[in-house]
Amino acid sequence: MLFRLKFDSKAVKKPVISMVTLKTSALVNIIRAEVGPRRGELIVEVDDEVADKVENAFRELGVEVCRLEKKVERSEECVHCGACVSICPVEAIVVEEDGRIEFLDKCVLCGNCVNVCPVRALSLPV
Amino acid sequence: MKGDTAERVKTVAEINEKIREGNVCVVTAEEMKKIVEELGAEKAAEEVDVVTTGTFGAMCSTGVFLNFGHSDPPIRMQKVWLNDVEAYTGIAAVDAYLGATQQSEKSQEYGGAHVIQELVRGEEVELRAVSRGTDCYPEKEVRTVITLEDLNFAEMVNPRNAYQRYNAATNSSSRVLRTYMGTLLPNFGNVSFAGCGEISPLINDPDFRTIGVGTRIFLCGAKGFVVGHGTQHCPGYATLMVKGPLKEMKPEFMRAAYMPGYGVTMFVGIGVPIPVLDVEMARALAVRDEDIKTKIIDFGIQRRDRPVIREVTYAELKSGKVEINGEEVRVSPLSSVYLARRVMEELREMILRGDFLLTEPVERLKEGEPMKPLRVATKLVKSVMNKAVTVSPETDVRTAARLMIEKGLNHLPVVDGEGRLVGIITSWDIAKAVASGKTGRVGEIMTRKVITTHPNEAVEVAARKMESYDISALPVVDGSGKVLGIVTSEDLSKLLVR
Repeated sequence: MLFRLKFDSKAVKKPVISMVTLKTSALVNIIRAEVGPRRGELIVEVDDEVADKVENAFRELGVEVCRLEKKVERSEECVHCGACVSICPVEAIVVEEDGRIEFLDKCVLCGNCVNVCPVRALSLPV
Repeated sequence: MKGDTAERVKTVAEINEKIREGNVCVVTAEEMKKIVEELGAEKAAEEVDVVTTGTFGAMCSTGVFLNFGHSDPPIRMQKVWLNDVEAYTGIAAVDAYLGATQQSEKSQEYGGAHVIQELVRGEEVELRAVSRGTDCYPEKEVRTVITLEDLNFAEMVNPRNAYQRYNAATNSSSRVLRTYMGTLLPNFGNVSFAGCGEISPLINDPDFRTIGVGTRIFLCGAKGFVVGHGTQHCPGYATLMVKGPLKEMKPEFMRAAYMPGYGVTMFVGIGVPIPVLDVEMARALAVRDEDIKTKIIDFGIQRRDRPVIREVTYAELKSGKVEINGEEVRVSPLSSVYLARRVMEELREMILRGDFLLTEPVERLKEGEPMKPLRVATKLVKSVMNKAVTVSPETDVRTAARLMIEKGLNHLPVVDGEGRLVGIITSWDIAKAVASGKTGRVGEIMTRKVITTHPNEAVEVAARKMESYDISALPVVDGSGKVLGIVTSEDLSKLLVR
């Protein structure tokens, strides 16, 4: 399960990832992190079985948690060229055996592929 | 009789007879490779009559000739726009050529390719034409809406399509490059490649025995022809000039595209049927991605002769990862193997239905010659640089200021005991130092991170550096960082008035 975590100046001062890990004993894998002086935004991955527990632990620390259950959306315009494949930071875009380009569930919605698509077939879910 | 099969020759006429009778054996290029592997070339040549090859990739050298018909009163169209994309009109009164990469005057993400696509999809397109008016063509301006139906003539004529193979691209520089080979991430962050490898038409007939002038082909869903070899046709990198009727094309076999940060282009689907005339042809048709070599080129160097990073096969490229400098680098294809397969299958269906007969080339394609470069006088930094007046970090700021006034300079490179660059000071740095009362040593006020050039860099590249870093001079250094001279924006602007 992927979570997008947003936190404000209060929570940003606390080592929230370590606190949650100690409290839940769950392994938290940081996929992307942008931490500034006043707010931070992280994308983390945890095992599905502990997802609820981890989510609650983050919320208790004042972190806004959003489950990333959707992935990049693709229109009929896609020609399966693959320009997006090597741009994906988490290797969520693959070429299938039959030559089709597929998007795996581990998409972190970074939007990099949306910007390189030559036929504008990709978009971030609303 | 021994050798009977090896010498056996099937003619195109015999194959066409089989197509008419409905007992022709047609397979796709991928199937043929397996057949040759399993049965051997001799048996394969006996069994298989036609192999369909295909490609579906971005082909910039694409466009359409259009004839709009005459208005009343008539106009000699001297300038023509279709949805604000200008078409070339230096031909007869109401003829024009619309190139796929021509940009709209309103949006850089829309261009000729999009207009062509909209015409094929049956959509309306705005036509605007202007003229100075003549006795025979008095009208001066026309503005109307047209569809493909309305046009008297619409023929796709592409000067360079279906590359036999293509160089792959990577980027050694420290910034993201937006190129016709897609987005290239910094520090060898990715590789992109074009072409469909072992299923591409020309790679399966390397001696051009059956693909030549007049060969009937599948072009974007229509029956088209090879006009001849394409532009930039050269050994190993053969190309085709092709044509086909726009009115018979199908939208699913073409797609307008915009390479972000680069420009408009068009994905074109091309299929070529190759008759299996003899064993030798069957062997050529067995070519595999493992056998097809190309080069990975560094787009980080902005010169014509970009360095070759390494040789690579299409098999490695298609695996999704290649090694560069000991690191695994991810690969993006830019051509669609998925749609190339659909092209091959569609072409096979057309042949099996008796809808598509093969042709013998009227003339063979020439071998091609190595590409000649365009000779332009490349001005190098060494031809415009001046001797630099240098100072040391220990130099007194006042002494440096006096030097600038005496010599009429605004920049002084700062060097160590061996003449190696350690910083730079400008007249602005001195003004700031004086304003804040810091008039000690040069080392205290100099800029340490210096943007430099080298003697063999093109002046255009040096000028681009100054522009992008918003600076007005570049010290010229050798490989060890020793200062050889300095080039300023004034030196470069002098070039313009020469």
